[in-house]
Amino acid sequence: MIKSDEFETKMEDYNKHAILGVKQPLVLECGVSLNNFPVYYQTYGSLSEKKDNAILVCHALSGDQFLAGVNPTTGKVGWWNLVVGPDKVIDTNRYFVICTNILGGCMGTVGPKEVNSETGEIWGSNFPMITIQDMVRAQALLIDHLAIDKLFCVIGGSMGGMQVLEWAATYPERVLTAVPIAAAAQHSAQNIAFHEVGRQAIMADPNWCGGNYYASDIFPDRGLAIARMVAHITYLSEPSLQTKFGRRLQDRESITFGFDADFQVESYLRHQGSTFVDRFDANSYLYITRAMDYFDLSERFDGGLAEAFRGSKTRFCVISFSSDWLYPTSESRMVVHALNSVAASVSFAEIRSDKGHDSFLLDEPEFWRVLRGFLSGSADYFGLDEFS
Amino acid sequence: MTFTPNYNLRPDLLAVAEMVKSNTRVLDVGCGDGALLYYLLKNKHIDGRGIELSMDGVNACVAQGLSVVQGDADTDLSYYPTKAFDFVILSQTLQATRAPVEVLENLVRIGRRAIVSFPNFGYWRVRASLAIKGKMPLTKSLPDEWYNTPNIHFCTIKDFVLLCNKRSIIIEKKLALKSNNSLVPQIYRNFGGNLMGEQAIFLIHRNE
Repeated sequence: MIKSDEFETKMEDYNKHAILGVKQPLVLECGVSLNNFPVYYQTYGSLSEKKDNAILVCHALSGDQFLAGVNPTTGKVGWWNLVVGPDKVIDTNRYFVICTNILGGCMGTVGPKEVNSETGEIWGSNFPMITIQDMVRAQALLIDHLAIDKLFCVIGGSMGGMQVLEWAATYPERVLTAVPIAAAAQHSAQNIAFHEVGRQAIMADPNWCGGNYYASDIFPDRGLAIARMVAHITYLSEPSLQTKFGRRLQDRESITFGFDADFQVESYLRHQGSTFVDRFDANSYLYITRAMDYFDLSERFDGGLAEAFRGSKTRFCVISFSSDWLYPTSESRMVVHALNSVAASVSFAEIRSDKGHDSFLLDEPEFWRVLRGFLSGSADYFGLDEFS
Repeated sequence: MTFTPNYNLRPDLLAVAEMVKSNTRVLDVGCGDGALLYYLLKNKHIDGRGIELSMDGVNACVAQGLSVVQGDADTDLSYYPTKAFDFVILSQTLQATRAPVEVLENLVRIGRRAIVSFPNFGYWRVRASLAIKGKMPLTKSLPDEWYNTPNIHFCTIKDFVLLCNKRSIIIEKKLALKSNNSLVPQIYRNFGGNLMGEQAIFLIHRNE
């Protein structure tokens, strides 16, 4: 039994999963079929009798299904524990919250470090290329498996927000409200560029062995840690780095005239890198970043992004953060303009914050106020009961 | 957290609200804190949307459950499709836009009808301030000094009527509100409104 303030979870509940693609395979965008593959997930709160209070939370690149309570892998609280829980913004007294580990992930759902059910061998580099759409279609299979017809809300930040847009475009009739946060309808050149640096760092690590490193007990730790360090900088902002670290030195009085981590900011990044490799798989990192790079919702529809949402009855709430330079407000505004042009129901708020892209994970009362208002307004609109 | 409905709507907004029919689709351009949208939602069961420039306004609206986007009348109206709304409202904002004619054309394109309200620069106190004091006017509806006013395109009721005529925009209804918010009486409306009305409210549509 692992306890947090809000949730107690038995160890077996942490292994909650479904085997999907049994009757018919999931045909991926790249053409490969996936049969009998596991999707691991967690749920919080309880499903109402009418099954009308389900919220699917889509996690970001380095996230997982353990969004609230204690994460059994790290022993720390889940990545959205500030937002999801009893009486919190996403109130588990009222809503049934589902979060799946994405396709290609490394927390149980089929991915490069899992066993191919057909060959009995670890996928490694033979794992097929996946896309954001593939991730969403796998999630939809799980929602089918849970016998839920319509989701009250699909919500997520960063790559999770891309999945939200994909859900709204692919299954408009199943999504009552959609909340893409700090996201974009296509991955920008700058974002692809940063991902490429990360991937090159992993693939340049001699321990990567062309992606088939699972047989040995050496992993491309150095490469993955560097990838994480680069990415972590993009999640912050210049002012937040300056405020948090400035030029302060790490446990020393003066510079050492060497390449040790003299500065606090270096020590912090090294720590981010080294803790990440304990919980994340290098190949998963390659596959998922590639899926994000390939994402361009407008490309799939003749006439551009607006056509992805034409006729949609979904209520959208698009949220961006003023200091996010990875998924800047201008990208959210593109989504809003597309939604406006097909007269979709859309709210859009840019939250003032100096904490950069990661703001959606942090203590941001203005963000929470907007989100809470949107959810409760939508719950009234769709006639949800006060409490399930 | 529940929102307390604001039924003490500003009198000029109440006059706007009276022009909106029940169960219609409404876009409020420059919707502020959402008071008018919320009133229309509760009293006329509209399907409402809003555009608001200030983030504080937007966030207050969304937190109340209203569908409002952060945006600008000058730049964002062009993204909306033709005849997407039954009513498009622009209250107390036309005079602050950079390109009032384009904004006006967008209003009657997006909406089957548009409701436009603005401070009347033909109001007698305004005229008196210029004629007698020789100073830019400061009144209840024009409280800012010339150097810090957001209002860059003032017009009178007569100017607005002339512009509508020139652009073949049909005026269905026009109201002039006195400074005590009562209506300028019907018999004066055609002649006295431009002199006695501190604020003007027009119901217009595009001639087809």
